[in-house]
Amino acid sequence: MTETFTPPTRFAVPGRIAVSNRAAALWQTATLTEIRRETPQAATFRFAVPAWAGHLPGQHLMLRLTADDGYTAQRHYSIASAPDDDGHVELTLDHVDGGEVSGWFHTRAEPGDEVQVRGPLSGFFAWPGDRPALLIGAGSGVVPLMSMVRHHRARGLDVPLRLLVSARGPEELIYAREYGAETTPVFTRSAPEGVPVGRLAACHLAPLLAEEPAGGWEAYVCGSNAFAEHASRLLVQAGQPVDRIRIERFG
Amino acid sequence: MNVTRGFTGRPRVHHPGLPPGQYDAGDDWPVLSAEVTPDLAPADWTFRVDGLVGAPRTWDWDEAHALPGSAYEGDIHCVTSWSKFGVRFGGVSLDAFLAAVRPDASATHAVAYSHTGYTTNLPLSDLTGGRAWIAWEYDGKPLAAEHGGPARLLVPHLYFWKSAKWIAGLRLLDHDEPGFWEQNGYHARGNPWEEQRYAGD
Ligand SMILES: Cc1cc2nc3c(=O)[nH]c(=O)nc-3n(C[C@H](O)[C@H](O)[C@H](O)COP(=O)(O)OP(=O)(O)OC[C@H]3O[C@@H](n4cnc5c(N)ncnc54)[C@H](O)[C@@H]3O)c2cc1C
Repeated sequence: MTETFTPPTRFAVPGRIAVSNRAAALWQTATLTEIRRETPQAATFRFAVPAWAGHLPGQHLMLRLTADDGYTAQRHYSIASAPDDDGHVELTLDHVDGGEVSGWFHTRAEPGDEVQVRGPLSGFFAWPGDRPALLIGAGSGVVPLMSMVRHHRARGLDVPLRLLVSARGPEELIYAREYGAETTPVFTRSAPEGVPVGRLAACHLAPLLAEEPAGGWEAYVCGSNAFAEHASRLLVQAGQPVDRIRIERFG
Repeated sequence: MNVTRGFTGRPRVHHPGLPPGQYDAGDDWPVLSAEVTPDLAPADWTFRVDGLVGAPRTWDWDEAHALPGSAYEGDIHCVTSWSKFGVRFGGVSLDAFLAAVRPDASATHAVAYSHTGYTTNLPLSDLTGGRAWIAWEYDGKPLAAEHGGPARLLVPHLYFWKSAKWIAGLRLLDHDEPGFWEQNGYHARGNPWEEQRYAGD
């Protein structure tokens, strides 16, 4: 026997589900069927993907655009729709300044256009709807979390679910009309009358962590890297176990 | 070919160093990790090599720094499609660590694991011959925690999820054993030039 050593593993968070390797490797055609404006910067793009293998809330896909000289651009996008939306997926894209792929979507795309997608990808950030979920997102980071909220509603799940969503102001809050009692918005630049303005802070997390359900929260954090760093640090400082925090960084 | 109506892409000059499906991230260095960035001080960092070796060994920060220094200057490629050209890392070649532990002839693969518990698998041949490093400097400065500091594995010829941040050790095996992302659908090897992104590619 060779002597081996096992590190004091704190992360080692298992993937929530097995990923179909076939689905992950196969490009499929997705046909744009509808565009819905969410905010001045963000819109939802609905696609028909007839052979879509299904996904779990929280998963993302890889999307590819091809120019006529064969040049391709591919980017990851979280899936916004709930899994029960048969043969369709919805993505919500921020219009990134100078962005190659989001720029095409926001200035050129029309219903009937075709793009290529592969997925769903990654079982890590997936939420099958089984464990109490504390969701924290900023900007377009709310997209995979909204899939979870929609799934929770569509299936009438009674497992506890809370969403903290940060946006610069009410007009930039994606899916604003859809939130219910499960959601606390945090506004960093401007807020409606009587709502404080400020960054996500310990005071927003404290009441949610205080009402911790049996078995504890599974925390899902999504957004820019700066936001993910900030939110995950707050969670750790507030006592959330490191191995019960899943992070999706948009880069 | 499935041409996207109206998509031309950015004006581009073909860069021979850009693998298929990648774009030049320029000065950006996106951060992609699924875990909380650990607070790991150099004094608490250790690096161990064990498994199928003659003499398993653990180095601490000072012992690792006492090995002959070695730099990497070149490109890196992330599976999320960005590449970064002309980056400079400083550290020690993995060959120096491996020479000290005397790998068995039967060792063919390694599992790299981090101080957080992240794992990734590599063929041993991708870690030897001056192609892999333990890196603690970036651009002449200490490597930032969010990029894997105090020290990370650096295997620049493979997609960057193989270059485990907060590296804690390597275990040498006589078989391949999928790590964290590989169990989550990613390719076992991850060669950017062959676009080995997902299992099945
Ligand atoms: C797992 C995952 C899930 C994601 N989910 C979502 C989601 O649900 N919604 C969403 O909106 N985003 C999401 N993203 C981010 C998304 O993948 C893209 O990064 C984003 O849409 C920007 O892509 P782009 O092609 O529009 O911009 P890019 O062209 O990649 O540009 C990004 C930035 O770099 C600058 N830039 C880079 N190169 C050049 C150049 N040569 N010339 C000029 N400027 C340049 C651009 O100006 C811009 O500021 C996700 C990312 C990940 C990793």
